[in-house]
Amino acid sequence: MLDRLLSIGGSSIEIGLLYALMALGVYMTFRILRFPDLTVDGSFTTGGAIATVMITNGYAPLLATVCAFFGGLLAGFCTGLLNTKGRINGLLAGILMMIALYSINLRIMGKPNISLLRIDTLFTHISSVTITMIIVVVVFKLLLDWFLHTDFGLALRATGDNDRMIRSYGVNTHTTTIVGVGLSNGLVALSGALVSQHQGFADNTMGVGMIVVGLASVIIGETLFGSRSVFNATLSVILGSIVYRMVVAFALQVRWLESSDLKLITAIIVIIALTVPMIRGSIRQKNLARKRSEELQLSSASGGRSDA
Amino acid sequence: MLRLEGVSKLFNPGTVDEKIALAQINLHLKKGDFMTIIGSNGAGKSTLMNVISGTLAADTGKVLIAGQEVQHLPEHKRSRYIARVFQDPMAGTAPNMTIQENLAMAFARNRRRGLRLGINAKKKKLFREQLSRLGMGLESRLNAKVGLLSGGERQALSLLMSTFTEPEILLLDEHTAALDPSRAELVLRLTQEMVEEFGLTTLMVTHNMEQAIRLGNRLIMMDKGRIILDVSGEEKKKLTVGKLLQKFEEIRGEKLANDRLVLN
Repeated sequence: MLDRLLSIGGSSIEIGLLYALMALGVYMTFRILRFPDLTVDGSFTTGGAIATVMITNGYAPLLATVCAFFGGLLAGFCTGLLNTKGRINGLLAGILMMIALYSINLRIMGKPNISLLRIDTLFTHISSVTITMIIVVVVFKLLLDWFLHTDFGLALRATGDNDRMIRSYGVNTHTTTIVGVGLSNGLVALSGALVSQHQGFADNTMGVGMIVVGLASVIIGETLFGSRSVFNATLSVILGSIVYRMVVAFALQVRWLESSDLKLITAIIVIIALTVPMIRGSIRQKNLARKRSEELQLSSASGGRSDA
Repeated sequence: MLRLEGVSKLFNPGTVDEKIALAQINLHLKKGDFMTIIGSNGAGKSTLMNVISGTLAADTGKVLIAGQEVQHLPEHKRSRYIARVFQDPMAGTAPNMTIQENLAMAFARNRRRGLRLGINAKKKKLFREQLSRLGMGLESRLNAKVGLLSGGERQALSLLMSTFTEPEILLLDEHTAALDPSRAELVLRLTQEMVEEFGLTTLMVTHNMEQAIRLGNRLIMMDKGRIILDVSGEEKKKLTVGKLLQKFEEIRGEKLANDRLVLN
């Protein structure tokens, strides 16, 4: 039993790390730019598609993975352009790109799924995927932290925080939005490329529901591990991605749940993570308000007595 | 420094709600001029500010800053010349970012925003020096999120952010209206200090007639999109609220009615 739990935990960490880059991408749009970007469902597959097609055609896995990043970047730029220059609502711009990418991904792959069976990938000659992924994820986390503290990064964060203010300081918020959504989807596609190499195939539906998985990671991470600073928040998101995988893995151990219930479980996790802190906050607020007004009544009553 | 030539702006053109917001405004400010603007609601004061800053585009006419035509430039390009403080204390700062990050963003105004770290030791020293002038103890809270500050503190920070990089033109849009009287007085004193120190060409919209008379070297009154009174120099020094009201009646032939105007 213990062995089984440990192996579930171990594989959850591994998978959580593979998806952590995707979660970091979602964090960038959802939290930094306050832009709920649904492109993610499409661009995750785009990353997997580009990587597998290139690898099966004999290109080096590393090059294929880098190209996947740029493919996602391009998809994100398109969503950003639709939102800023085309003035299309962010949610709708993301949905439009997601749908467009569904066909584009099929074009890239040429068929609904591609196998990487008996073909060398990035993970073929690596002894420990977990350790490698820890290094990769930490490097990207630190790069992202650094980027968000540069002059450009500050402007990008302010675009989500107070766009009117940052425009009055000479920032073209169209540029920051496009770059932000682009980089976010670059990370998502990178994650897609790693996941498809790890699982040994790419599938045209592998990105479905990915945005919800990303949101789950971000929200679980922030709730459990805090989000005081960018450094803190990005670390939380990575840990959130791992915790999410663990929750899912253990939920699937329950006898009457089947693997097809995965998306339902994900949705329920996100709903709980979103509503519980809100309810807890409002209860705390109410209690505080009641306590304070009782205190005030008491002090005014005693003040009245001393006057008399 | 700032010149407006025949600037007009219509709202809702061609509809039943058509409204003349600015009608053939001509205005010239010399470097270092500090002009206060008063007028009833809908007189065109805010529209004037928005047309100068580029938030709104003028329908006709020219806006020149330091001899350069800027009426075609979008807001973010004009910000090379113009800094602005809004009425809402929440509007001028990014609440989820720290005090030093906000200052760093203001510091980067009219510089290229590249991939260098926004904050370094040298900038921190500068920010501390500047913050200490506010006398609010913010210099020891560089890493505090701006959202935690009070309205007065945020507005003072907004003011500092707009002025310490010495813009050509400073626009103040009722920037003390949302503060309580003592805080408003403090922000007003800081405004006067900074405008004088940096010799900023300043336009300040206010609803407080006494403020409008006390501050600056020039005062204009607007009504229905026109400048109906323009007083400067010695004449302005002799103004009183009573005289101002009287002048308005002379020009308009009716009493100045405005529930928001503060008379003293």
